[in-house]
Amino acid sequence: MGAKKFPELDPIIEKYRGKKGILIPVLHEVQNRVGYLPDDIQKHISRELKVPLSKITGVISFYSFFTTEPQGDHTLGICLGTACYVKGAEDLVDEVKDQLDISEGETSADGTFTLTVTRCVGTCSLAPVLMVDNKYYGNLTPADISGILEKYQDSSQEGN
Amino acid sequence: MDNREVLICSGTGCLSSGAEEIEARFREELKNKNLVDDISVKKVVKKTGCVGPCSLGPIAIVKPEKTFYGKLDIEDVPVIVKEHLQEGKIVQELLIEEDGKKVEEYTDLNFIKGQKQIALKNIGEIDPSSIEDYLAQDGYQALEKVLTEMTGEQVIQEIKDSGLRGRGGAGYPTGLKWEFTANAESDEKYVICNADEGDPGAFMDRSIIEGDPHKVIESMTITGYAVGAERGYVYVRAEYPLAIENLGSALETARQEGYLGENILESDFSFDIEIRVGAGAFVCGEETALIKSIEGERGMPNPKPPYPAAKGLWGQPTVINNVETLSCVPEIINLGSSWFAGIGTESSKGSKVFAVAGDVRGTGLIEVPMGITIREVIFDVAGGIPDNKEFKAVQIGGPSGGTIPAQYLDLEIDYESLDEAGAIMGSGGLVVMDEDNCMVDVARFFLDFTQDESCGKCPPCRIGTKRMLEILERITSGEGEAGDIELLEELGEKIIETSLCGLGQTAPNPVLSTIRFFRDEYEAHINDKTCPAGRCTSLAEPYVIDPELCIGCTQCVDVCPVDAISGEKKEVHVIAEDICISCGACEEVCPVDAIYQRSNKEEGDKNNG
Repeated sequence: MGAKKFPELDPIIEKYRGKKGILIPVLHEVQNRVGYLPDDIQKHISRELKVPLSKITGVISFYSFFTTEPQGDHTLGICLGTACYVKGAEDLVDEVKDQLDISEGETSADGTFTLTVTRCVGTCSLAPVLMVDNKYYGNLTPADISGILEKYQDSSQEGN
Repeated sequence: MDNREVLICSGTGCLSSGAEEIEARFREELKNKNLVDDISVKKVVKKTGCVGPCSLGPIAIVKPEKTFYGKLDIEDVPVIVKEHLQEGKIVQELLIEEDGKKVEEYTDLNFIKGQKQIALKNIGEIDPSSIEDYLAQDGYQALEKVLTEMTGEQVIQEIKDSGLRGRGGAGYPTGLKWEFTANAESDEKYVICNADEGDPGAFMDRSIIEGDPHKVIESMTITGYAVGAERGYVYVRAEYPLAIENLGSALETARQEGYLGENILESDFSFDIEIRVGAGAFVCGEETALIKSIEGERGMPNPKPPYPAAKGLWGQPTVINNVETLSCVPEIINLGSSWFAGIGTESSKGSKVFAVAGDVRGTGLIEVPMGITIREVIFDVAGGIPDNKEFKAVQIGGPSGGTIPAQYLDLEIDYESLDEAGAIMGSGGLVVMDEDNCMVDVARFFLDFTQDESCGKCPPCRIGTKRMLEILERITSGEGEAGDIELLEELGEKIIETSLCGLGQTAPNPVLSTIRFFRDEYEAHINDKTCPAGRCTSLAEPYVIDPELCIGCTQCVDVCPVDAISGEKKEVHVIAEDICISCGACEEVCPVDAIYQRSNKEEGDKNNG
């Protein structure tokens, strides 16, 4: 029984092979490419880069940016930094949870959205802030949520 | 066009309020009117980094007049192009009004004129993607001076003489850090720029890297020359995609133009820089944890000593400076250490960038001289508290810092004074809170953060912060017990004393400082089971309707989210106290102010009587 191959990851592996301290950059690039870091991919990286699997799993579980679960098409990141908290970001979280019927870290049934709460995204002057993928939406109230979600629901469907 | 330029603030704040659309419209308008061709439009309409007053975005500044147009709509663009760019007349009706007067020049805005910009100097003035813009602001002059006129020791002496101290946390003298690294015996040394800006409420490092990336490169290269390193790393948060992108392209340009790489400016000195992207772990802002993370490990701190200056990255001498600290270096080299040391207070020289956010009118980044008072920052520069609310406290220094109450508003800000007041300079996050904030809840918020971010290596931090959080959660949910405050104090002191790294050693600060200044709020939660600010909803006091004032309009019935209010039209209404969740929606809509909370009314009566 041969190990599962991931030819699409070869360019990433080759770029970093033999260099030191590259595990985190490799994981970033692989996650960008695949979307998440499941067991078989971790094993593949371990074999190719000669890094113990335990170390790879240890690093992935330490850093909140890495995930071993598949994510939705879009990631909703609600900032719970101090300024956003003071400005009522928790109400935004509740609103998203209500609308999509998911909890933090979960993906909506249609696979469109994953809900995360993030550390301060550094746009405190716009608090409270919601990030959809890399785009910022600021000065929000719970009433703004449905409009933003609709935008992405439409585009996801077109994409399919 | 008279050589006019339009600078569009493209900091993250303005981008999310529509700066890209404004920029596109300017370009389109100029091209449609045949005022510029495709090539020169890039020189006329420029994208800059964050100008600072994020609450006024989107922003366009027209040069040479430095006219400030804020809160722009897309329809304002053709007006500015026609009247200002073509006819040379400032568009009065689009100016921002302050204190009853229209402000023309950007430097006359309240938000800008109280500032002393050193680290932020170029930001908002230059296009971060243009090395020509940076060179026009004396960019890379300090590097040239250092390479041609100064020895490494002289550079270190200059930094020591300037009195520059670290802007990212503890305030350690920068020159000393450099000296220790320079004196350490090794052929291999490293420079690390700490851009792992994890403190919630602080975003100056993001803004500097996004808006003036070449300055970070120049400063790191000077540091490398001073300490004898040939390699540098910028460790930047993954949450900052634009900063990573702008720095990456600036590194490319710097290499092409000979400011980075082999034999910089034809000298013997070679230096190069690599970006390392964090992965969402707050503890990696601590220098030994950051080093572990660059090495590809779990970011857990090590005991100090040995300090990184002796044994850092890959076990070699390493100097780690924060972004803002480094950004002061070229100015110090260009203008001299005595110029820098002439600004600020006895112990704290130069200026400091603060990220002002929360319940305050002017949110954004400001750089003010050390020694300015908290009152001047919040009320003069940032415009005070909106919605006629009272100032209650300001949280300085993030999860490692403390909450400073109104009686300290006239405190002059420097490292030592903030320390004495139970806060820290930290990275300079400054979150303003009005009367509606519950200080116990704020303390709980920070403990929740640090407890979650504790790496788990040392028990005082791992277990201690967990126990503190549990007590705070009990208090805010109405189950506090006598002795809880004392227990928090004891735990806090022990955690500070015994934790391994800066995270644990400062984690109890928000709790201890709120107990120090707002002990009565803790006592109200524990003894009276009430939240004076009405924030802790499981504790909040129900609302009641004054039967003499109620006119039976039914508006409150309509807004009540839990259907706690009953009563027929034109008859007196009643709130069921056991159902009421104290959200206050009814009080807001009541046209005759008949709805109130008992404790608030008694307080009001006392004040009136």
